[in-house]
Amino acid sequence: MSSPLGGNEGGRGAAAQYLTLYRECRELIARHSCDVMNALRDEAYSHLEQSGFPTKRVEDYKYTDVEALFAPDCGLNISRLDIPVNPYDVFKCDVPNMSTSLYFMVNDTFYNRALPKATLPDGVILGSLKELSAQHPELVAKHYGQLARTEEDAVTALNTLLAQDGLFVYVPKGVVVEKPIQLVNILRADVNFMANRRVLIIVEDNAQARILACDHTTDEVDFLATQVIEVFVGRGASFEFYELEESTPRTTRLSNLYVQQEADSRVHINDITLVGGTTRNTTRVTLAGRGAHIDLCGMAIADKQQHVDNHTFIDHAVSDCTSHELYKYVLDDEATGAFAGKVLVREGAQHTDSQQTNRNLCLTRQARMYTQPQLEIYADDVKCSHGATVGQLNEDALFYMQQRGISFVEARQLLMRAFVGEVIDGVGLEALRDRLHHLVEKRFRGELGKCGDCTVCK
Amino acid sequence: MLYVKNLHASINGKEILKGIDLEVRPGEVHAIMGPNGSGKSTLSNVLVGHPAYEVTEGEVTFNGKNLLELAPEDRSHEGMFLSFQYPVEIPGVSMVNFMRAAINEQRKYRNLPPLAANEFLKLMREKRAFVELDSKLANRSVNEGFSGGEKKRNEIFQMAMLEPRLSILDETDSGLDIDALRIVAEGVNKLKTPETSTIVITHYQRLLDYLKPDVVHVLYKGRIVKTAGPELALEIEKRGFDWIKKEVGE
Repeated sequence: MSSPLGGNEGGRGAAAQYLTLYRECRELIARHSCDVMNALRDEAYSHLEQSGFPTKRVEDYKYTDVEALFAPDCGLNISRLDIPVNPYDVFKCDVPNMSTSLYFMVNDTFYNRALPKATLPDGVILGSLKELSAQHPELVAKHYGQLARTEEDAVTALNTLLAQDGLFVYVPKGVVVEKPIQLVNILRADVNFMANRRVLIIVEDNAQARILACDHTTDEVDFLATQVIEVFVGRGASFEFYELEESTPRTTRLSNLYVQQEADSRVHINDITLVGGTTRNTTRVTLAGRGAHIDLCGMAIADKQQHVDNHTFIDHAVSDCTSHELYKYVLDDEATGAFAGKVLVREGAQHTDSQQTNRNLCLTRQARMYTQPQLEIYADDVKCSHGATVGQLNEDALFYMQQRGISFVEARQLLMRAFVGEVIDGVGLEALRDRLHHLVEKRFRGELGKCGDCTVCK
Repeated sequence: MLYVKNLHASINGKEILKGIDLEVRPGEVHAIMGPNGSGKSTLSNVLVGHPAYEVTEGEVTFNGKNLLELAPEDRSHEGMFLSFQYPVEIPGVSMVNFMRAAINEQRKYRNLPPLAANEFLKLMREKRAFVELDSKLANRSVNEGFSGGEKKRNEIFQMAMLEPRLSILDETDSGLDIDALRIVAEGVNKLKTPETSTIVITHYQRLLDYLKPDVVHVLYKGRIVKTAGPELALEIEKRGFDWIKKEVGE
């Protein structure tokens, strides 16, 4: 095969099989995608070829062996064959009192066949990234790949190399999308499977939108799913983004979320891992305009051999921005958790107000938590704090409850729910907040995570 | 109701109770007094099944059942209540959820259906009035941010909700001003029936002025060294414990 792409097969460990795949299927991949996405592939190829996947020796990935996660040989659906599932039949959303504009992605393909009746305000564009970038090439090209730099992260490079579709959301200046947008991502396959999903969200100046993204898995096979999300939030705009993973122990999720905020924008992110196998979420937020505020929250409930790694980076690039970060983990059995939270306050970013909190419960002696707060400050008139704790359930509180007749098991439940409840209480949508409290209760009771038994939407 | 016979208990291998004998009959109020470190709180903790204490010898029977075989929650279901000397703060668990769980588990133990939400809230309202507990407090997390006096009132509120047969008040008077003491004591008296009993652990006469004990015990070095009527508490108030220590040979 003669191509501008180097033929350095096998030299890059786990990356080699994807590089080979790309070389062999380049035309096919491109034909089933769109120009904007195709335009960045060759560059992504060379970046992935140079870097390979990170091992635990790479600082940003020291708690999750990405190289090992990509080693298995999973099937891909490059020809975009139809996956036989009608999500609207399979999933009925019953989040009470919450009406959403509901959309589906099956693996990495936007489900186009039965879109909800027009509920979005005029000017809002929402749909398949592949199709919409053909219709609005300039708008998409101006943003696609601008935050997610393939030279900086191998997972982003891999995703840029192979992703063929995904979601595009555009909210024009001043438009308020009242109704929350719900995106249900369904992993569905009969063989071990890889899906690479891409999301681009543009919320222009003074616009408002709220998105709830739920990840589900319907089959008992191994899934390896990557996703790259880029979010542009304009001046004075407001954006809320709730992510809920409720997959299976056989699912590996690698998600890179990039957010750029202009002046006076407000963003709330809440990243919840309820059930999964191996989860690595990287969240990078750039506060690029004065007066921008980010609430970055997350929680993880993990048991058995589950692994959850949240890596966050908040870049205070200019002055007068505020960031609030809260992550909580409850680890049972032999689960491992990792949290790395880097906050960078650049030179001149005066009056930065940044607060980071990471609290963790290890319920067994075998559960492991790694926590790594990192503050890098190059301005002198700032307020920055961070705190991290790892502990057990409060035995005095347990006994107090038992004395009142609450069984040990139930007392534990109450304390665990109270512990993560703080993260859910920050959720703006009341119906979603109630639903999440309920889901967390079910999770702690062991009633979640059965394949095909999705409780958010069914 | 409660029979304690030759009870020995230790914590971290150190023996604190060295042979307690005690009998409490229905309707009785017993006061247990004694110098600091004599084992009063240990006795109450052992009776309610605190896991840090190990019973090394002796028997405890409660309503005819072997108390020492019961889990702490089942001792509660059987009607034993401890008003904690230091009530625990439980951030994130609301008083309402906490009490609902407690009430419904007790009802389950007694083969009763759970209370409906409106019945439960009505019960909360009624019982709050016993100790003049602010409705704002009832909506907060358990004991979180409560003042010392509010915590103690909250203990008696919980007692009113659970209607125990035997209540142990472990220094419920400590940290209370005169008004709060009166409210707490009157609350306890209102809950009293001919079938219920109370063990009051205290250093002072002032709570006993309200609660009027039938029997007063002095606990010293892990043993009950003196038992008499209410006049004993008055004498201790006047003379302290030294004369009792001398009596037992020191």
